[in-house]
Amino acid sequence: MTLETMPFSKALNAGLRKALEDDPRVLLMGEDIGKLGGVFRVTESLQRDFGDRRVLDTPLAESGIVGTAIGLAMAGFRPVCEIQFDGFVFPAFDQITSQLAKMTNRHEGALSMPIVIRIPYGGHIGAVEHHQESPEAYFTHTPGLRVVSPSTPNDAYWMIQEAIASNDPVIFMEPKSRYWPKGEVDLSGSALPLHSSRIVRRGTDVTLVGHGAMVTTLLQAAALAEAEGTSCEVVDVRSLSPLDYGPILDSVRSTGRMVYAQEAPGFTSLGSEIAATVQERAFYALEAPVLRVSGFDTPFPPAKLEGVYLPDADRILEAVDRSLAY
Amino acid sequence: MTTTETSLVRVLEADGSFAPSPASEQYLPLIDALTDAEFEQFYRDMVIIRAIDTQATNLQRQGQLALWPPSRGQEAAQVGSAHAARRQDTIFPSYREHVVTRIRGVDPVDIIKLMRGLSHGGWDPTDPKNGNTRIYTLVLGSQTLHAAGYGMGLAFDGKTGSGDPERDEAVVVYYGDGASSQGDVHEAMVFAASYDAPVLFFLQNNHWAISVPVETQSKVPLVGRGAGYGIPSVRVDGNDVLASYAVSRALLDESRAGLGPRAIEAVTYRMGAHTTSDDPTKYRGSDEEQRWAQRDPIARMRAFLLGRGAGEAFFAGVDAEAADAAEDLRARTVDLPPPGRGAIFDHVYSEPHPLIAEQKAWLEHYEASFEGGTL
Repeated sequence: MTLETMPFSKALNAGLRKALEDDPRVLLMGEDIGKLGGVFRVTESLQRDFGDRRVLDTPLAESGIVGTAIGLAMAGFRPVCEIQFDGFVFPAFDQITSQLAKMTNRHEGALSMPIVIRIPYGGHIGAVEHHQESPEAYFTHTPGLRVVSPSTPNDAYWMIQEAIASNDPVIFMEPKSRYWPKGEVDLSGSALPLHSSRIVRRGTDVTLVGHGAMVTTLLQAAALAEAEGTSCEVVDVRSLSPLDYGPILDSVRSTGRMVYAQEAPGFTSLGSEIAATVQERAFYALEAPVLRVSGFDTPFPPAKLEGVYLPDADRILEAVDRSLAY
Repeated sequence: MTTTETSLVRVLEADGSFAPSPASEQYLPLIDALTDAEFEQFYRDMVIIRAIDTQATNLQRQGQLALWPPSRGQEAAQVGSAHAARRQDTIFPSYREHVVTRIRGVDPVDIIKLMRGLSHGGWDPTDPKNGNTRIYTLVLGSQTLHAAGYGMGLAFDGKTGSGDPERDEAVVVYYGDGASSQGDVHEAMVFAASYDAPVLFFLQNNHWAISVPVETQSKVPLVGRGAGYGIPSVRVDGNDVLASYAVSRALLDESRAGLGPRAIEAVTYRMGAHTTSDDPTKYRGSDEEQRWAQRDPIARMRAFLLGRGAGEAFFAGVDAEAADAAEDLRARTVDLPPPGRGAIFDHVYSEPHPLIAEQKAWLEHYEASFEGGTL
């Protein structure tokens, strides 16, 4: 086992570097990803080492980035696109949802679209508007796309490589508030399959489920709950589409209670979908309805108010208390 | 408009007389190099596709198709540019390029599959018989970015720009005056120019985006757009097949030589409706339609060929061939089998997907629950 401690962003960088080394058809494209190394430095020094025909500083146009990536994939490349911030993905919405997502289907399988679109997403960084959003449900709602979100440096390192190896388009949601904290990366280990969820903390009373940066908040909530005598199990969804319900249902069947937490607005969200499905499939195991803790159904607020908007451990514990009260 | 009229490339007048405009001088050697057999092929292609196009329109009227977007009137722009492309080139059509696709080898019945509601595509662009022709795109202008990206790939792979026109690959992307307002078209020009992609942007200005006239898309001739991106651009009489051929040939070869993208505005006219769902009488006058009927691209080429001594036997032969092609289209259209009900689950992804598998299994089970299950 080769364990190395590094921040999430460095783990992503290492994963991208590995993918560029392993397959000459992989290329990276995006705004400021070359010399600058990306605004979050995720692609730092990759252009220096692989050249400007494998790490492209593109013109500043998101639809152009994704649309030309589609053409490059038709020419046999495996493009990895970076969208600079979550709120900047929408100019590319047609190219992602109507073009990329449907291309294999429209060609009746005659071609595949091995394209990864990396999107730094989520709040907690005190940034200006359009820089802290969680747009994952737009993409999980779109047939033809796969959507994943790593929550740890180890997953970042492995999942980016698995996403690049996928012959289907993958929306790769990077929880940007997790870019800096360090964690252990097992550079030699075998990866969990890309589309699998995972129990990250064992517990017996309530199952807490979430994805991306929320996993950290769920673990904080679980630690606080433990001090008060409540044992919480925590599941990291990891893959938002397709969803791996196995570990979630296993956990709910043992605890009988579940809380889903996410930064995104709650209405017609990933939490809505998971709550509905868990209630269909684990109905007789449930002691309480599945509860959801979400961002409010408002625009993401100005940064000074993000603490009001974003679910924290206290809001999760409030839901845990409500669940236990049934 | 005076300046653009003088810069318009036209070699055939509406009456078929060979009268090159000043701007066409540099392209004349390409026309001189054409044989009578090639002239006749251009005419044959235009006539046959118009017959097929008319047949498809009729099939829609008779309930056999959901929709048909007629190519009537745009045959010269398409025949000229399609023959200008070389075998190794890749074509990105919009959805009215019935002429181009057939010349590249696509079976018109494959287009029918889209318009009859049997498929979202219709053919495999990677099958050599289809001449590197990508499938139709209905979201206007989105294919221009795919073409730019494909051209970038050709440049990155060294498949273009070697100086050998028989080997160097290039891309032709078709779009219209309406699509020219789409942001994707502008972004495609930016990307193609930035990466010196070998892409010919072929704009067919047919004057109408459904009911909206071209003047609403642009106050000045659309050919001027290219200059803003550093893309040399030429305005051509799109109803003159020889001009369309020569300019397309010249610009494509410049592009494949590594000089970057090129653009053409082919000035033509949509003689029919936008699609079979459209009613042009609500937005344009019959006087305008009659004026353009005088500039019919097929009549123009016919007059030119007559002047070169083509005989009635030739024209009668082409007409018979066209009638046969139209009849063949009808026969094979009505024989097209419906897709299997389970086909909706096919090829949503390239790799196995649990939700799709689950829903497919559910539908099979559901259908089997009826007496004499239908799936």
